[in-house]
Amino acid sequence: MAHRVSPWALEAGQELLQRLPADERLILPALQAVQQHFGYVPKEAVAQVAVTLNVSVADVHGVLTYYHELRTTPPAPITVAVCVAEACQASGSRELVAHLETEIAPLGGRSADGVVDLVEVFCLGNCALGPAALINERLVGRLTATTLESALSDARVAL
Amino acid sequence: MTTTVYVPIDSAATSVGANAVALAISAEAKRRNIDIRLVRNGSRGLLWLEPLVEVVTVDGRVGYGPIAEADVTALFDAQFLTGAENKFSVGIVEEIPWLADQQRITFARVGVIDPLDINDYEAHGGLKGLRTAIALGPSKTVEEVLASGLRGRGGAGFPAGIKWRTVLETESAQKYVCCNADEGDSGTFADRMLMEGDPFTLIEGMAIAGIAGGATKGLIYIRSEYPDAIATMRAALLIARGCGLLGDDVLGSGKAFDISVRVGAGSYVCGEETAMLESLEGKRGMVRAKPPIPALHGLFGEPTIVNNVLTLGTVPMILAQGAAAYQALGADRSRGTQVFQLAGNIARGGIVERAFGISLKELVESYGSGTRTGRPVRSVQVGGPLGAYFPASALDVAMDYEALLAAGGMLGHGGIVVFDDLVDMAQQARFAMEFCAKESCGKCTPCRVGSVRGTEVIDKITNNVDRTENLELLNDLCDLMADGSLCAMGGLTPIPVLSALRQFPEDFQR
Repeated sequence: MAHRVSPWALEAGQELLQRLPADERLILPALQAVQQHFGYVPKEAVAQVAVTLNVSVADVHGVLTYYHELRTTPPAPITVAVCVAEACQASGSRELVAHLETEIAPLGGRSADGVVDLVEVFCLGNCALGPAALINERLVGRLTATTLESALSDARVAL
Repeated sequence: MTTTVYVPIDSAATSVGANAVALAISAEAKRRNIDIRLVRNGSRGLLWLEPLVEVVTVDGRVGYGPIAEADVTALFDAQFLTGAENKFSVGIVEEIPWLADQQRITFARVGVIDPLDINDYEAHGGLKGLRTAIALGPSKTVEEVLASGLRGRGGAGFPAGIKWRTVLETESAQKYVCCNADEGDSGTFADRMLMEGDPFTLIEGMAIAGIAGGATKGLIYIRSEYPDAIATMRAALLIARGCGLLGDDVLGSGKAFDISVRVGAGSYVCGEETAMLESLEGKRGMVRAKPPIPALHGLFGEPTIVNNVLTLGTVPMILAQGAAAYQALGADRSRGTQVFQLAGNIARGGIVERAFGISLKELVESYGSGTRTGRPVRSVQVGGPLGAYFPASALDVAMDYEALLAAGGMLGHGGIVVFDDLVDMAQQARFAMEFCAKESCGKCTPCRVGSVRGTEVIDKITNNVDRTENLELLNDLCDLMADGSLCAMGGLTPIPVLSALRQFPEDFQR
């Protein structure tokens, strides 16, 4: 399943914000809804969230920049989120990351063909079967360079 | 007769191919014209055996594992549907000593039932606790939880019943139950497995908390790194509403209670209860100063019961079996069982639920069987990224809140991460500071700035720059972070750093 990215559209933005349930008319859920729809939070959406929720643009910007997962630029179709926390370190994630950095991109970067983002994540809850990664929403465990490559090519095929 | 086959849908199992195995079993059965009933259960927690396939026989559920997709034809050829012994056999699953020796209460149903089958849930003791709570009424329910000795499983270990009593005794038009499912500690996965394997126990536990505290609204804050748990909880909530477990009249009690799921956005510190409340209010996950405590001034300023998944998920069993049965287990002031999670470089990782007081050595050596790489164990981190590193020679410590504190560590959320002899402990100490620098909410200076300075000072020590002075500086900095931080993030980061430094000084000297 690829990340869906769609260009900013005022009407779509307005509609999804109006559709938020009453108890989710809050900054974080609003930004999450925007990101789910557009794939990221376009800068035009910040003002719109502020107006819809009757809060300041600064408040929205503060929330947007606080959370690691909220993003202001479109993601690549595939995100490989590789666990770099202790349990996976104990199972060889440092070596795996070093390999991925030569094969894909530096952590936080995008592959040369623009298809894969490589990001770090702190724990995926698969700590007995590390190293682990989340490829879009698919959790993979007991990773080696080879098994990660094969999971990644599955994801490429699914695009 | 139709044979029932279980293949886990738990994300740890699917991360190593359980979905492909399930599909292959269905296809192969069809090809052979054999009628089977395929159930996707949670994981039994014997994670080194995943994917673990189970077949129901007259003698019990017979297990085969680990099974790869490519093994499925051979598995059929070897008559696994009759429970026959073959090269994949692990025997009757409940008789595997690793599992048979455990005292499963919180995890009693995980891996046993179909997670989204409410009838299966009820057939295995579900809803009994809630019915008991409804019959007892709020005060007596709180008394039961108090009498059980149940303490917060998130890490702080605060008695759950005291929080509940405070909320019950505080008047307000709107009270809340907030379940902390932001399980961010590396080495922990019990919250995830409970939500994926037995979601109704969490829903039931929250409904009991709602009735006991007088709250009508519940929220579960699940981290976004757990997409499967989010999907399972959402599906379970729909079912729970459909059968009257949630809604305006919970199981005919005349009391209203409903739950919604909220998803995190990748912030470790949102696992701290006040930061979680801020995040639930849609704001930046900044830690609040305490007091006021959340029980008095919680979500949107209202009285709020905040408990971890394991705490709330244990409550139904306590109510169903009585506080005394739970209280009878444990050691000293740590009553009941703890869901230990064996992780990292470990041969037999997974869930070990045992009464408090079991030794770390038994968990790592007997259950864990040492490292997965086969190399000697060198270090064990207990209690997540903010927990202490123990050397292999010091594993003779009892696993309860107070004993671990006395040994310079903390139980945290019960995660145990094993490292072999290739670990560089100076690198692990530096990582603790790096992690704190990345995840600090930024509200207090000791945490926000101290963690950055901490990485710099550790670099100087390992590079032999003014070693003596910088060692002194690191100790001083750790004292300051421990004493001056607002929450456990900055306050406990010195624990992994200093335990690594004190137990493995040679790694800091290159």
